[in-house]
Amino acid sequence: MPKLHELTAKQTIQKIQDNEVTAQECVQAVFETIHKLEDKINAYVTLVEEEALNKAKEIDRKISDGKPVGKLAGVAIAVKDAICTQGILTTCSSRMLQNFVPPYDAEVIERIKREDGIIIGKTNMDEFAMGSSTETSYFGPTRNPWDTSRVPGGSSGGSAACIATNEATLALGTDTGGSIRCPASYCSVVGLKPTYGLVSRYGLIAYANSLEQIGPMTKDVYDCALFLSVIAGHDSKDGTSVNVEPKDYTKCLKNNAKGLKIGVPKEFFGEGTNEAVEKQVWNAIHKLEERGASHEETSLPNLEHSLATYYIIAMSEASSNLARYDGLRYGYRVDKDDGDWATVYSKNRRDGFGAEVRRRIILGTYALSAGYYNKYYLKALKVRTLIRENFTEAFKKFDVLIGPTMPFPPFKIGEKIQDPLALYMSDVDTVSTNLAGLPAISVPCGFTDGLPIGMQITAPPLREDLTLQAAYTFEQNTDYKTKKPAIN
Amino acid sequence: MKKQHLSKKEVEHVAWLAHIELSDEEKTLFTEQFNEILEYFKKIDETNTQNVEPTYNVLDLTNVSRKDETKPSLPTKEALRNAPKKEKKFFKAPRIV
Repeated sequence: MPKLHELTAKQTIQKIQDNEVTAQECVQAVFETIHKLEDKINAYVTLVEEEALNKAKEIDRKISDGKPVGKLAGVAIAVKDAICTQGILTTCSSRMLQNFVPPYDAEVIERIKREDGIIIGKTNMDEFAMGSSTETSYFGPTRNPWDTSRVPGGSSGGSAACIATNEATLALGTDTGGSIRCPASYCSVVGLKPTYGLVSRYGLIAYANSLEQIGPMTKDVYDCALFLSVIAGHDSKDGTSVNVEPKDYTKCLKNNAKGLKIGVPKEFFGEGTNEAVEKQVWNAIHKLEERGASHEETSLPNLEHSLATYYIIAMSEASSNLARYDGLRYGYRVDKDDGDWATVYSKNRRDGFGAEVRRRIILGTYALSAGYYNKYYLKALKVRTLIRENFTEAFKKFDVLIGPTMPFPPFKIGEKIQDPLALYMSDVDTVSTNLAGLPAISVPCGFTDGLPIGMQITAPPLREDLTLQAAYTFEQNTDYKTKKPAIN
Repeated sequence: MKKQHLSKKEVEHVAWLAHIELSDEEKTLFTEQFNEILEYFKKIDETNTQNVEPTYNVLDLTNVSRKDETKPSLPTKEALRNAPKKEKKFFKAPRIV
């Protein structure tokens, strides 16, 4: 019998509704795990234990009174600290927002609350989501539960780590260039980046707004589908929200890949791809073939340029989005106002932002400046079109594209942080889907020397159902889902 | 000798445009790192983008608007809650002129 904190969201909901356990017991079990492991993992920036337990009591009361409850009733949910939560500290893991308490909830938080999900805390991340290792957090790095000397991936490292350790039952991450999928892969959990526009970004602290999406990070594919069904949907408060009918994604989960046409782009297995990773991903593709899928190798030549294109666009957008942090209306402000406004702002931003954030803002400013706009920013936007066209072309032939999520297994804390470009290279397989706005899932597909490997499944716009079904079929025919880090 | 895309002086200028003060040590380090990154960005020069339209956004949405209706907004107290410096009902700004 699994213990309460080990249950998936689906199991938790079932047990609560069958009166086998109370929501309060479930939430308590998760907090006990948090108190036991946080010293070693550092997945959270903020915990809201009292509020969470009160909310659980409220749900238990509703159930004992025979009142209807929501789809996530009693489930302990961790939220990446880039997503605004009313009355709960939201720091983006930055000194700049160290004391920021949002006066409103993000749309996704409202949706979770409407379905009786219980927010238990805010998770650690790379500062302003800029990083692939959760090492740039002002509050120190999160550690990989499989080997605490290694990174959990990033930027949603806290959200991935807390799912792997049962320090939460569901978690929200955000993905601008792989920030959900990378840590999902490195911590052996499921993570989905939805189609651009499927999930409202209202209340998400912006980094690169044309690329980023909020998405689920979960213990298995069913939970991923369930959580996506709750957070997806049109929102008039987000001008880039797509108006599509709400959908129950759990309905598309069938243990069958019959007729599924898989494309395997050689660019996803480029130079620097670890051999064990390559082998495990191919094993996974063959596993899907045993369930009726077929594969063909293919090429999307412009993907070779996706990393440079992504970083130019992301940095340019960041320089504009982060211009709002002047220390005036909110955020870090130096004590003394000595000098004019520009001098004071420059000091606020010097002390409030960490090195990587400053690097990206300055380089982005350069890429957008007179004389360089055409050379960098506009050129990158044009290459973005070419990358998108490559995907459109590929999806005429294939239902999904498969490759590794990360080119190599989790690296040591401190190994790459002094060399920004080396760290950027780890995003080589994830950024192209953000440039094209496509849905992509990372699902655990094996280990090398005890370190997790993830498979990435990408589909055409709004075909989350295809990524979920392929991932579900794979999961049902392998036992990676049951493997948990020894730290538990 | 690697190609120099950006001098320390230029880094200083761009940082000023971005309103970020840098220490001298950091200017040197950033100049070195930026040159390495910009050298990598050069990769996209290889692509032929003649007659290619830029993609600003992957959605086909344009000019999304809503009805111009009054809705409740944040009360002053709430709006000022996170301000590091305030006076009466105002944000307190540094010297502008």
